[in-house]
Amino acid sequence: MTALPTHRAEDWRYSDLDALGALWPLPEPENIIVPAGAHFDRSIVQDGGGVTQIHLSLGTGAAAHLRILNIGGGYGRVEVHATLHSGADFQLDCAQIGDGTQNLECVTHVTHAEPDATSRQTIRNVAGGAASVTYLGQVSVARDAQRTNSAQNVRAMLLSRHASVNAKPELEIFADDVQCAHGCAIGELDGAALFYLAARGIDPATARQMLLEAFLTEALGGDAALSTAAIAKLGQMA
Amino acid sequence: MLQINNLHATVADKPILKGLSLTINAGEVHAIMGPNGAGKSTLAYVLGGRPGYEVTAGSASLNGVDILSLDPHERAAAGLFLGFQYPVEIPGVSGVQFLREALNAQRKAHGLPPLSGGDFLKLAREKAALLGMDMDMLKRPVNVGFSGGEKKRAEMVQMGILNPSLAILDETDSGLDIDALRVVGDGINAIMRAPDKGVLLITHYQRLLDYVRPDFVHVLADGRITRSGGPELALELEREGYAEVAA
Repeated sequence: MTALPTHRAEDWRYSDLDALGALWPLPEPENIIVPAGAHFDRSIVQDGGGVTQIHLSLGTGAAAHLRILNIGGGYGRVEVHATLHSGADFQLDCAQIGDGTQNLECVTHVTHAEPDATSRQTIRNVAGGAASVTYLGQVSVARDAQRTNSAQNVRAMLLSRHASVNAKPELEIFADDVQCAHGCAIGELDGAALFYLAARGIDPATARQMLLEAFLTEALGGDAALSTAAIAKLGQMA
Repeated sequence: MLQINNLHATVADKPILKGLSLTINAGEVHAIMGPNGAGKSTLAYVLGGRPGYEVTAGSASLNGVDILSLDPHERAAAGLFLGFQYPVEIPGVSGVQFLREALNAQRKAHGLPPLSGGDFLKLAREKAALLGMDMDMLKRPVNVGFSGGEKKRAEMVQMGILNPSLAILDETDSGLDIDALRVVGDGINAIMRAPDKGVLLITHYQRLLDYVRPDFVHVLADGRITRSGGPELALELEREGYAEVAA
């Protein structure tokens, strides 16, 4: 891409284009090729802002597990393109926590190019202040990619009336024997749970933090460093 | 210990409590009974400080402290324990983590150092055993997937660990079978029957009172206490019904 995108481009609809303009042109995406049968594993903490683009290609029977914690900078975008060949397994866990005027985005394109591949995306977004937190996730299943199994589980928590969350799991399927699930829910902290914690003596800030940590857990992929960074970020927001 | 004076409260601008007065002295167990919609749960929530329950007049103090001016978590630290009719499920937060956080928050409010992990587990194990609850259940997410009876049992374990001076138990007997009722009743007695503690039991039925014998029974109707008496009043209610007795 050479020209700066506009909001008319679906992938950039919610982006902070001023911030993007300052970063333009973007460096070449990182290309990662996971050979047949190999396993790739990475945790990414996006805490300084900017655009991270990763292009993954998973060979036959390869597996990749990507964990992303998107929390930092005025504008922070992580973009993942994954192409899955026969029998490959792709797992993406992404937690995004925005506050102030942050604009955070996770944009994924997962292509099931061949049969029998699986992909699972677990996304948890938290938006406080006047932050904008976005997940755009497209799963494409090619005509020959029979027995594809794909799932997108997206949940978001709005902490303020001025914050916004955009979530768009999207499927494009050209095969007929596939299992593709996508779920998306946006909510607020549960008032009944907050009162329950308070009634046992837990102050409101700690109660909020406990519920948000619990909310994010599934999207942190069991990574201790990511959990620590996520907890620290939540602590700054309290 | 607990002094409620002429308490008026509204929920969504609708008056529910209309001049309720009640005194509980240390060492006493009181039961409040009454028909549906009388304001029993509202009383519990108002004293606990649940958002949406507005006090419009009157006062309530616990051990001399004006609790109505405190936030809910401060009321807990002041010694109030609210047992929920419907304990809330909190996915992702383990019971042990929740209770340790709660206990240490209350200890901090009293200027005490936090309890270590080992000491806390020892205390939790002891209180869980008192209620016949498996420690493994306490390690699971708070109330998630618990049956009605297990939730009430877990509430009592929480009460044992937090060691309040006053427990307000809102229909703790609902959802309990006969055996669980006895266990929970015995738990209330073991934890709260003490010269420096008080209990307010809110219930529809006499049956919990067979296990936790109240010193006083009150009838709550239309936002006020309309009659007070000894344990025999509960039996009279059971026999005659609220319509007769409360009128």
